[in-house]
Amino acid sequence: MKYMLMMHAPKEGWTTAGIGTWAPEDIKAHIAFMIGFNKKLQASGEFVDAQGLAGPEEAKSVRARKDGTPDTDGPFAESKEFLAGFWILDVENSARAVQIAAQISAAPGKGGVPLNMPIELRQVMSAPPSDL
Amino acid sequence: MPSAPAAFENLLRELAPQVLGAVMRRFGDFAAAEDAVQEALLAAALQWPTDGVPDNPRGWLIHVAARRMTDQVRSDFARRQREAFLFLYEVADEAVEPAPDEDAGHDDTLALLFMCCHPALTTSSAIALTLRAVGGLTTAEIAHAFLVPEATLAQRISRAKQAIRDSRIAFELPGDGERAQRLAAVLHVLYLIFSEGYTSSAGGRLHRTELSDEAIRLTRVLHAMSPRDEEVAGLLALMLLTDARRPARLGCAGELVPLEQQDRTRWNQAAIREGVALVSAALTHGSVGPYQLQAAIAAVHDEAASSEETDWAQIHALYTVLLRLSDNPIVALNHAVAAAMAYGPQAGIELLDALDASGRLAGHHRLDAVRAHLLERSGDRTGAIACYLAAAARTASMPEREYLAIQAARLKAAR
Repeated sequence: MKYMLMMHAPKEGWTTAGIGTWAPEDIKAHIAFMIGFNKKLQASGEFVDAQGLAGPEEAKSVRARKDGTPDTDGPFAESKEFLAGFWILDVENSARAVQIAAQISAAPGKGGVPLNMPIELRQVMSAPPSDL
Repeated sequence: MPSAPAAFENLLRELAPQVLGAVMRRFGDFAAAEDAVQEALLAAALQWPTDGVPDNPRGWLIHVAARRMTDQVRSDFARRQREAFLFLYEVADEAVEPAPDEDAGHDDTLALLFMCCHPALTTSSAIALTLRAVGGLTTAEIAHAFLVPEATLAQRISRAKQAIRDSRIAFELPGDGERAQRLAAVLHVLYLIFSEGYTSSAGGRLHRTELSDEAIRLTRVLHAMSPRDEEVAGLLALMLLTDARRPARLGCAGELVPLEQQDRTRWNQAAIREGVALVSAALTHGSVGPYQLQAAIAAVHDEAASSEETDWAQIHALYTVLLRLSDNPIVALNHAVAAAMAYGPQAGIELLDALDASGRLAGHHRLDAVRAHLLERSGDRTGAIACYLAAAARTASMPEREYLAIQAARLKAAR
């Protein structure tokens, strides 16, 4: 079963309280954790994809005008959280997906203390339909 | 071996598990044997089209693979260790010359299938390993079919091999006492490979269709080797009778078409004939099992000219027997549907209520989907809409969600 794990980060913390205020060794430890974690998922045969997303400062929202031309809005200073990155994993069952999400949530932050950030877990619509 | 002509490819894929089995039997090391056999197959694909197929193609492949194993040992071990091992391997190389009889090849294929589908492996490992080692598919082909990166699938296969090594799963045919249980695991893996290909309409459909073809091919091989096993015949019949409906299963926009609305003239009549013959023969022989019963149910559907002309009482009776054999809530759900079709929606709803009260399918979208269908038949449009939408919200299948949403929309529009 495939799952998407979405890592949300609090926006106000991005520069004032979050990673921007960490000591260099904390940042390095965080990066090393993520790289090591992805390697483990590759080795376990569960990795499908993982991407980190550029910061929300340049985020845009696009919708089509009536004539089909793009109408661009953003960035959105007011939003509290933003999607920082995601994983797509192919795992044996939902319990395994929850277990992996908890491990990512506990990635080390400032002073090496676990971040315990929220990881949104969603099943990818890839299950076979039942015979109707 | 995509460049090899189809005839060579078919021959090589049929021989691959026999060769791997023979090499396994002599050398034991599954991972190394698999690599060696892959190289032998590659050599054959390159040489046979120009040089012609050797008189004993299986023996040729075993010989090349065994040579390759010996070379591997030569390069892997330090000189001092090497000599002792080389002696053993060269003795083995001579011993591995195959008996020309077919039975040895068949037993090796069977032993390989039992090993790859061992209950100690996770389902996803067993599936990947079976397709690679017994099916002879490449890692890239399997990865493509399951829509995962090739590196991930390669890793899954290598972990499965490691699991076999660690748990000391033997390469041998299980004894009579163990055989039924081990065969059940093999049939389950083959059935999962089939469903994965048959039911998907999502991206990569072409490749996934090949999965159901491959499952049918492997089950045919298994049936040819154990013709007296009625459940193997039952599974093959079930696959053929289900696959026969594939041409009518999707509409022109790729949407799911339910059984009662399918254009039955598009069903594959040759597959239906073969499936019906297989299941009829199996049912008259020995003990009745779940796959034979499911095949019998599929046969009743396939032989009916329309949904109205279907012998629902017969299907209901078959589900009643199946439910007695395997106490499975999904079977109970289908039993309720059959009761509704045979004896009216109320009969089905009563069975559904009992199933609901047991809590065994709590939160499962199919419970809502079936209830929606039965409520619609009983005239409760509002209740049906609510259940269709509840089912749509819960399913993890995109085409199924679209189908359920369309049913709710259709009922709303008809108001």
